[in-house]
Amino acid sequence: MSHPANAALFLKDQSRAKWHDETLWIVRQKRDLTIHQIPEWEQLRDLASQIKEHTLSKLDFYLEELERNATANGIKVHWAENAAEHNEIIGRIIDEKNCTAIVKSKSILTEECHLNPFLEAKGIEVVDTDLGERIIQFLKQPPSHIVMPAIHLKKSDISDIFHEKLQTEKGNIDPVYLTQAARLHLREKFLQAKVAITGVNFGVAETGEFVVCTNEGNADMGVHIADTHIACMGIEKLIPRRKDLGIFLRLLARSATGQSITNYNSHFRSPAPGKELHLILVNNGRTKQLGREKFRNSLKCIRCGACMNTCPIYRRSGGFSYGSTVPGPIGSILSPGIDLKKYSTLPFASTLCGSCSDVCPVKINIHEQLYEWRQEITKAQGTSAKGIAMKLANGLFQSPLAYRLSGKAMRASLKNLPNSVIYNPLNVWGKSRDLPPVPTETFKEWYKKNKK
Amino acid sequence: MSSKSSIISQIKKLNMEEKPLPEIPDFTIAEDLKSTFSESIAGNKGLVVPVSELEELITLSKFSKIFSSCPQFSHHCNCEVPPHPAGFADLDLAILEGQVAVAENGAIWLDESNLEMRAIPFITSHLVIVIKEENLVGNMHQAYDKIGLDHSGFGVFIAGPSKTADIEQSLVVGAHGAMSLRVVIV
Repeated sequence: MSHPANAALFLKDQSRAKWHDETLWIVRQKRDLTIHQIPEWEQLRDLASQIKEHTLSKLDFYLEELERNATANGIKVHWAENAAEHNEIIGRIIDEKNCTAIVKSKSILTEECHLNPFLEAKGIEVVDTDLGERIIQFLKQPPSHIVMPAIHLKKSDISDIFHEKLQTEKGNIDPVYLTQAARLHLREKFLQAKVAITGVNFGVAETGEFVVCTNEGNADMGVHIADTHIACMGIEKLIPRRKDLGIFLRLLARSATGQSITNYNSHFRSPAPGKELHLILVNNGRTKQLGREKFRNSLKCIRCGACMNTCPIYRRSGGFSYGSTVPGPIGSILSPGIDLKKYSTLPFASTLCGSCSDVCPVKINIHEQLYEWRQEITKAQGTSAKGIAMKLANGLFQSPLAYRLSGKAMRASLKNLPNSVIYNPLNVWGKSRDLPPVPTETFKEWYKKNKK
Repeated sequence: MSSKSSIISQIKKLNMEEKPLPEIPDFTIAEDLKSTFSESIAGNKGLVVPVSELEELITLSKFSKIFSSCPQFSHHCNCEVPPHPAGFADLDLAILEGQVAVAENGAIWLDESNLEMRAIPFITSHLVIVIKEENLVGNMHQAYDKIGLDHSGFGVFIAGPSKTADIEQSLVVGAHGAMSLRVVIV
C-alpha cells in the first residue's frame, strides 16, 4: 500500500494520532535540551560525518582490517551477501548447538533480514528481550520506530496483551507493574538461553571489537549467560579507531532520546573463556547504495531515530505507514534503494522542511536526498496528477497576463464553487486541508492602494 | 566466489576517492569534575553516595547474597563466583571497582580486570561501583585516551541502573539488569 493510504488509516483515530505526534515531539525537545549542554555539538556532528565519510571511502580496507583483528581476538567472522545468507549462517550455528530457543536484543538488521520468521519456521523459539520489542512481538507487529519500537501503543494496549500473555491483573496499566512482570518473564528466558543474538552499534577496525548500546541491559543479560553470542552487523556500521567511539557515543543517545549516554555500552573483543563469539558482516544491498553517489551519505546513519522524532509527517502518520523496516525520513532514502517500485511513495512523504537534516548527528543531507529520489522516481514512473497540475501552473506563471486573468477567475470561482468540486478526489492537496478564506483583492491591488 | 570476496570486490570496483580522517581535538571540560559527575549520574537515575551511607544501607538492608571484588568492602562479601552465571541469578548486591569515570555523562569504565565474571554487573539486583577521585575525567575522549588500546575481552561503560521507557515513555528503573546503581568516590 502507498504511504498516503496507510497514513489515512493511522489518521482515522484522530486523538491517538495527536497523542503520537505530541509524544514524539517531547522526545525531540529532550534532545534539544541535552545537546545544548555541549558547546562543541556542531563540531562533533562535523567530525562524526567526516569519520563516516572517510570510512565509507575505504570500506573494503576497514572491513578486512576488522576481520583480521577480530579473528586474532578469537571472534568467528562470517560474511553474508544478502538476508538469506545471513539467516542461514545463524540457523547453522543454532543447529550445531542443538538449541531450540534463543534470546535476541534489538537489531534493526535482523528485522531487515526477517530472521524471526526464518528461525520460527525451523521450530526455534525467538524471544525479543528489549521490552518494547517483546510487547510488539506478543502483538505480532513489526517495530514502528527504530529506537522506541512500541511508541505507537498506549499503556492500556500493553496492559491488555500482558494480561493475555503474562497473566497480569486485568486493567492494571501501571508501567512499573507491567515492567516488573516483563522482568520476571524475561529473566526466566535469559537463564535458559544457550544462544544470544545482538545487533551492533559500532564495529571498530583497529581493535577488532564491536559495541552494543542499551538502556535495559538486555543485550548483556542475554550474551553473558548464554554460551554462544551471535552479533549481526551491517557493513556500514564500521569506524576506524577506538577513540572515534568518543565522538559517536557522545552523539548517539543525546540525539536518540535526550539522554547523555545509554546506561550500558558494551565493548566485545574476545569470547569469554569456554564460550563462542560470532560476528556476521552483512551487505544486503549496502554496496549498491555505496555505488549511488547522490545517496552514498545515507550509509553514515547510526540509527538514532532523531529524524523520525522531528519529522512532521512521521509524527502524524506513524511508523507503519512507511511499510519499510526503517521508517521515517532516513527510511525514505534507504528503502527506494532496496526496491524503487515498492517504496516509490516514501520520498514524497515529506514536506522537505529539512528538519531531519538539521538534527542528524552525522549530518546526512536527508531532505536533499528525498528530493533527489523524487527526481529518480518521476523519471521512472512518468507523470502524476500532481505533475500535470504543476505543468499547468508553470504555463500560467510564465505569462503575466495569463497569471492576472487566472487569479481573477480563481477568486471568483472559489467563492462560488461547491466544496464537492474544490475537494474532489483529484485534488490530493484538498485532503485534510482547508483553503483559507478567499481575499477580495490581489496583493497588487492592495499594494497600489496602500503604498504611500 | 565467496561472499567476502564478492563484497570486497564490489567496493573496490567503485574506485572511491579517499576522504580524509579527521583528528579529534581537545575540548573544554567541566571545572568541578566531582559535582558534574554526581549530577550526571543522578540524571541517569543512579546515585553518588558517601562510604558511610553505603555501609548503613548494607547494614539496614536484608541482602542475603553479596559479592564484592573491591578490597575496601571485602568484609561484606559472602559468596564465591559460581561456575555458571545463572548461579548468580539470586545475587542481591555486587560491589565492583571502576577504572575511569566520565563527568559529562556519568559513564564508568569496567573491564575484565574488574569483572571476575562478565554477567555480574547485569545480573545483580543492586550494583555499587567504587571509583577513585583521581580517575574522574571530563569527557569520553579523555576516557578513551586513558583506557588506551590494551586488550580486554570485554569492557563496558555503565552509566546508570537498567531502565526503560518503552511503556508510553514512562521511565521505569529496573528493566532486566540492576535495579539501582550507587557510586562511591574514594
